[in-house]
Amino acid sequence: MAGSGRRPEHRGPPELFYDEAEARKYTQNSRVVEIQSQMSERAVELLGLPEDRPCLLLDVGCGSGLSGDYISEEGHYWIGMDISPAMLDVAVEREVEGDLLLADVGHGIPFRPGMFDGCISISAVQWLCNADKKSHSPPKRLYRFFSTLYTALARGSRAVLQLYPENSEQLELITAQAMRAGFTGGMVVDYPNSTKAKKFFLCLFVGTSGTLPKGLGTECVNEELHQAKFTNERTRFRNVKGKSVKKSRDWILEKKERRRRQGKEVRADTKYTGRKRRPHF
Amino acid sequence: MKLLTHNLLSSHVPGLRPGGGFPLRIELGHPSELPPEPIPNFEADEEFLRRVHHVLLEVEVLEGSLQCPDSGRRFPISKGVPNLLLTEDDA
Repeated sequence: MAGSGRRPEHRGPPELFYDEAEARKYTQNSRVVEIQSQMSERAVELLGLPEDRPCLLLDVGCGSGLSGDYISEEGHYWIGMDISPAMLDVAVEREVEGDLLLADVGHGIPFRPGMFDGCISISAVQWLCNADKKSHSPPKRLYRFFSTLYTALARGSRAVLQLYPENSEQLELITAQAMRAGFTGGMVVDYPNSTKAKKFFLCLFVGTSGTLPKGLGTECVNEELHQAKFTNERTRFRNVKGKSVKKSRDWILEKKERRRRQGKEVRADTKYTGRKRRPHF
Repeated sequence: MKLLTHNLLSSHVPGLRPGGGFPLRIELGHPSELPPEPIPNFEADEEFLRRVHHVLLEVEVLEGSLQCPDSGRRFPISKGVPNLLLTEDDA
């Protein structure tokens, strides 16, 4: 993609960055299509929509309709907004199911109150943080976006916005404006320990304060911290340092394991290992 | 743009009265096939429902414009996509 390695937001406003050539390249790039589809799937999953009926969703920054295609596949209806005419032209060409609007979401979400069952946005909201015109104030634009989005969403629905924040200040700015607008919720981070796979989803709730879903790739770490270990063994005391008490069965088994790893010959572990001997021993 | 979408849209021109900006007037010369008022017992009337479904979800406005009732601002529609971008003067 153009200027890979640098952030596209630094090269100019989105309506100029996503011109005809870029729009076509973007939509035909199989890697982009794959990633966008995966993120759309995760975003819709995080929406927690009712399973039995089709819903009406808003797709902010719908572009050429890659995320919209996934929504349609799931049997839902959608209306998309994007600022780039070239991207929307590609969407029209691809005959996407959803309706498209050429609009700047920084000016507001132009819908009557409570119209949508949910909102997703894939890789778009970070563009609001850049002042592309002298008259732009990113905090004001973000607030206008979030407050009008809050109005357009039905009670009890959610907005899941996948974004690429440049730094923590940007993340804080975005979250702060969302909270000011009345949303509850927070950031769900998938695979926080991997630079490549790490994805940020801003999960916002309207009305109800639901529990924030857990990010992927965090389960293994969390389980160990939250569970207390129970054993049936009676030990007089556990060693505070976290090592087994010297000469206990645990300690003997650990020592034998250590020696096995060193390649030394060690007797097999049986039920007799570390057994209490008769007192005269 | 489907007519259902038009039904949900309201004008986002700043400074309108609360509850204003709706409904946007569609400007084109296409007559509707629906009666002006819902007929009594319309839920049971299959034919009526079919026509409502057709008008809401299958009729698309391709060229024309939307007019905000309060500010008079016009938003053109081209190839089925309404252009809702505000200029420096509006915002």
